[in-house]
Amino acid sequence: MKRFFRTVFLVDLLQGLWLTFRYQHPKNIYTEEYPAVRPKVAERYRGAPRLNTNPETGETLCIACNLCALACPENLIVVGSERNEQTKRKELTTFTYDTSRCMFCGLCEDACPVDALELTQDFELATYTREGQIWDRQMLEEGPRPTKYKF
Amino acid sequence: MAEKTFLDSTELVLNMGPQHPSTHGVLRVILKLDGEKIIGTDCVIGYLHRGVEKIAENRTYAMFAPYVDRMDYVAAVSNGLGYCLAVEKLLNIEAPPRAQVTRVILTELNRIASHLLWLGTHALDIGATTPLFYVMREREEILNIFEKYCGARLTTHAFRIGGLQYELYEEFEADVLRFCDWFLPRVDEYEELLTENRIWVDRLKGVGILNAEDCKAYGVTGPVLRAAGVEWDLRRAQPYSGYQQYEFKIPTGQNGDTYDRYLVRMEEMRQSVRIIRQAVERIEPGPIMAKVPKVLKPPPGEVYVSIEAPKGELGYFVVSDGSTQPYRVRVRPPSFVNLQALDKMARGGLIADIVAIIGTFDIVLGEIDR
Repeated sequence: MKRFFRTVFLVDLLQGLWLTFRYQHPKNIYTEEYPAVRPKVAERYRGAPRLNTNPETGETLCIACNLCALACPENLIVVGSERNEQTKRKELTTFTYDTSRCMFCGLCEDACPVDALELTQDFELATYTREGQIWDRQMLEEGPRPTKYKF
Repeated sequence: MAEKTFLDSTELVLNMGPQHPSTHGVLRVILKLDGEKIIGTDCVIGYLHRGVEKIAENRTYAMFAPYVDRMDYVAAVSNGLGYCLAVEKLLNIEAPPRAQVTRVILTELNRIASHLLWLGTHALDIGATTPLFYVMREREEILNIFEKYCGARLTTHAFRIGGLQYELYEEFEADVLRFCDWFLPRVDEYEELLTENRIWVDRLKGVGILNAEDCKAYGVTGPVLRAAGVEWDLRRAQPYSGYQQYEFKIPTGQNGDTYDRYLVRMEEMRQSVRIIRQAVERIEPGPIMAKVPKVLKPPPGEVYVSIEAPKGELGYFVVSDGSTQPYRVRVRPPSFVNLQALDKMARGGLIADIVAIIGTFDIVLGEIDR
């Protein structure tokens, strides 16, 4: 009898519909209107790489030790350095980072002894060309410049 | 033998996939049909083959860790745990207690996330669209916890060999507990939507039955095995990462059909919440990384370590020749082994049920093809 009642009056289906109806209120909206509303990613987010510079002098923090290049599973970091004749120290000349092959695993930033290389909160890495995915030292220091759209 | 009449149909071969939304990736199933009845299936896999096992031979032990996340990308944390445990066993080290508890919390959260995605896509295959949106909402909360903890949402690379790389963030415990409180009523909501829904019941009950003997014969593990009534869970049978300290129930089914597998997974999500709650209480201060040499050079030897991933037994067989790179890494992915029971389950069924049967395995093709 109970089963008959449930079948005729579609109780099981209405139950589900009632649940869906309860979520109709706009306050239950969970989606983000990207790119109009930009998500705030977590502090530890592993996004675009950045080569940190000293904020006062503008000099790079990188000591050209090559540890990030050795730690990278995809071998996508190339560190160029030359020895300064006066100080007898290695100095960074070029730094290329191929973001097209990067898995953002964070092993390079873990390996960096001076916190020069860092994966930042920038997440918009799309470009129009493959060559644009290979970042040179200037781009790594200044950061990506994503297109800003107006709404 | 009966004489042929005009009513007899000829055998029809139908290709399903690789580009089919219900095969959960790039699985190609060749169906042999007699009218609407399936008289045989043949799986063609390998469309997502990336040679992960070969890549391992050219990477150091630490370098290979991000790659395992990309096999079962829905449960990346479980993959990372399995690999780290295998290499730790090879090196004969153990992660400190704080790291172990954190690992348990994150893997259980990942189990929930994996089951949620399974529920959403499985329901979508059967024809219920609504659960997909709801499960994505809950999964988002889990992914936010992952993002805050380790900086990535899907392919997390959360664990390192010997422990953890990242210290817990400040509100980690509060975030996890808030999620647990918020999540349990949501599971009840999914059950309200589906469990008694007559379309859902009619489509799932008695479909794709795999009994306990067949499960054992095919080596099927995970929720599929438990739904057949076998109480087998590696967290209980071979505890790792301190799982012996936690109280939880292993949900089992009786009939071994698709509906039972659904119920088992729903209950597993609740049990995961139970484990997480116990684990959060056990977080203690201390180191998060064991003493691990900078250059990992395990002694020559081989280990096999298996864990209970959301989809079943996930095993890593690592052979070391004493150098910095593994000699061989072999993965025993649960989806790959489970998939071989597809023919047994689908044979004799209707073509409409094949989608339900593929969905109930909870397969991830990244793991099958590796």
